[in-house]
Amino acid sequence: MIAPAKPDLVTVNIDGQEIAVPKGTNVIEAARLVNVDVPHYCYHPKLSVVGNCRMCLIEMGMPAVDPATKAPIMDPATGKQKINWIPRPQIGCGTNVSPGLHVKTTSPMVKDAREGVMEFLLINHPLDCPICDQAGECKLQEQATGYGRGYSRFVEQKNVKPKRTQLGPRVTLDDERCILCSRCIRFSKEIAKDDVLGFVDRGSYSTLTCYPGKKLENNYSLNTVDICPVGALTSTDFRFKMRVWFLKQTNAIDTESSVGANTVVWSREGTIYRITPRRNDEVNDTWLADSARVLYKVVKAADRLAATETIEALVARAAALFKSAPGAIAVVGSGRSTLEEHFLTRHLANALKASAQLVSRVGQGDKLLISADRNPNVRGALVTGLIKTLPTQQLTDLAAQIDAGKIKVVVAINEDLSAAGLTAAQLAKVAIVYLGAHANATSAAAKVVFPTLTVFEKSGTLVNQQFRIQKTLKAVPAAAGATDDLVVLSLLVAAAGGATLPAELASLWKVIAAEVPALATMSFANLPETGLVLDATPFAALPFVEGETLHYKPAQPAVAAATA
Amino acid sequence: MNLKPETLSKIDEVITHYPTKRSATLPLLHLIQEDVGHLPPDTSEWVAAKLELQPINVLEVITFYPMFRQKPIGRRHIKVCRTLSCALLGGYKTCATFEKEFHTHLGEVSPDGEVTVDFVECLASCGTAPVVMIDDELHEKVDCAKAKQLSDQIKAEAKKR
Ligand code: SF4
Ligand code: FES
Ligand code: FES
Repeated sequence: MIAPAKPDLVTVNIDGQEIAVPKGTNVIEAARLVNVDVPHYCYHPKLSVVGNCRMCLIEMGMPAVDPATKAPIMDPATGKQKINWIPRPQIGCGTNVSPGLHVKTTSPMVKDAREGVMEFLLINHPLDCPICDQAGECKLQEQATGYGRGYSRFVEQKNVKPKRTQLGPRVTLDDERCILCSRCIRFSKEIAKDDVLGFVDRGSYSTLTCYPGKKLENNYSLNTVDICPVGALTSTDFRFKMRVWFLKQTNAIDTESSVGANTVVWSREGTIYRITPRRNDEVNDTWLADSARVLYKVVKAADRLAATETIEALVARAAALFKSAPGAIAVVGSGRSTLEEHFLTRHLANALKASAQLVSRVGQGDKLLISADRNPNVRGALVTGLIKTLPTQQLTDLAAQIDAGKIKVVVAINEDLSAAGLTAAQLAKVAIVYLGAHANATSAAAKVVFPTLTVFEKSGTLVNQQFRIQKTLKAVPAAAGATDDLVVLSLLVAAAGGATLPAELASLWKVIAAEVPALATMSFANLPETGLVLDATPFAALPFVEGETLHYKPAQPAVAAATA
Repeated sequence: MNLKPETLSKIDEVITHYPTKRSATLPLLHLIQEDVGHLPPDTSEWVAAKLELQPINVLEVITFYPMFRQKPIGRRHIKVCRTLSCALLGGYKTCATFEKEFHTHLGEVSPDGEVTVDFVECLASCGTAPVVMIDDELHEKVDCAKAKQLSDQIKAEAKKR
């Protein structure tokens, strides 16, 4: 990888603090670096700058120089160079830093400007916070607290606008709350490339609309809800369900593809209410696909498996099966399992002297946040050494071996073997030990079934397409009758005659770090929130299926091998 | 969209005046309104296809300017000035006279289909208030009597047709 050129730094002064920031940074971002908040609505770091809300007004000035000689003009009172302050406020979002720029964000002029903007924004606002989903995470509410008057001087009639327009299958619009910042319009146009939103009419009648006859229905539509600074755009699924301040936030990873978008899972008392994106500038920016936000529904699905026996009894029966067929056992792992599970699965396969394989899941990439590889963690299996080659979609080899009578026991982890091409007759011919969260044809045919957890009920790491290892954390407690996959796997390893391995993450990571050179310096606890990129060169020759997505360009295998 | 061949050739020509096609949105809308009398519902899509835009981009422009009409109007467009000078010198009465003469209300097509009366902002002839524009023709000092006279004239012409 070529290191990015060191950006040119520019020194600016914000509220008296000097800071060097890269050229091209705007005042809002520069201020953020010195922990100064410049309130804003229309500005969004990942969208174009339009400067239409005027909330970010600041006072700015430049060091004074003599027009003729260009010599700095000194201020005798302070002994420093004089600053020429511009007598009008400027917008922070649209002002890029220049050397020596001075900014005031707390002067009376700035306070006045903010109060003025807030008063105008609230003129036609319905003030329906008590029934508004955005309450608690509403920028308008926050700035009104800081800069609102507390009472209204507006005696005229407020505008009436549509209160509940369905913009599409997942997004509901309340036009009265819209402050016309145009973030949603720019998102649709610039990121989702589905330019269907716009403002019709003019002045205080301006109304956000979807083009008549079209719908906001692309798979990224819910990002407009995330970035809407007010409660105008709401998620139809989450609407009126829960107050956001009651919800616990857990950092997790989107498991629908190998992109590994960073997420926050919002839950209360063991129930998940929504999933939103978590910013990671190297993976998903601030975005998340709509399809990733409904994945939590698997937790309370009707087909969840629950144990009817104790775990000891189940392990004993599995052990008996293992003993009955030495050398005739196969292990089928899953690209959806965590890296830690892959590691234990490898130990299980070794102890059983069995071959291990995964099942690949391939779809169309959407060039944004869903890649062609719909397994989130195939690379985790490569890194831990569970597999050496990329998985196939059909288990044809395994099928042949079963037909030939060479395999008598199959340990299937979270994979439905019939979906991977095994016939009912083949399933009936072998004894299956199944680990999984949900019922399917394989669990029905299995001799021993270990009900395990969904990704929302356990912690672990996943390695995405960039070979970035990322943490996903347990958001809700395990469903009744289900056991953590790691516990089951470590018991099975022992039952198969392997080493005694810990099932608890911190201790397990000590073993992983000792055994896997690529992970030698890591521990679960010190893995950064935004992940860590592992060395991909040992796998450069593998024909990965992913195409280009946001922040990912597939390496040409030949070229990568040559430069490696 | 059913446009006259002249309009179509003007449209193709006017697009070449601008460095980016998008800039031709306003001129195109004017040309279509001149031709059809208003902007029919498929205008946004037609113009968008012509200028490689999305229909919503054009709809935003159409709805922003009150002078773009999305509904048909009468055969003639009577625009009565409502701004200060005209209002002081009886513009409201002038307007009411036109409405009464043609049994119509502001912005509507009169029952005989002859006119649409609109109350508009300053027509830039404040010295000769109250003023009225009928299509492209300016009429000055239009008091009620003159409004009646103009109405009669329109009705007479309508009969001849
Ligand atoms: S709906 Fe929300 S994001 Fe869209 S323009 Fe209105 S306030 Fe901005
Ligand atoms: S954030 Fe700067 S004008 Fe809106
Ligand atoms: S006020 Fe009527 S023309 Fe100016």
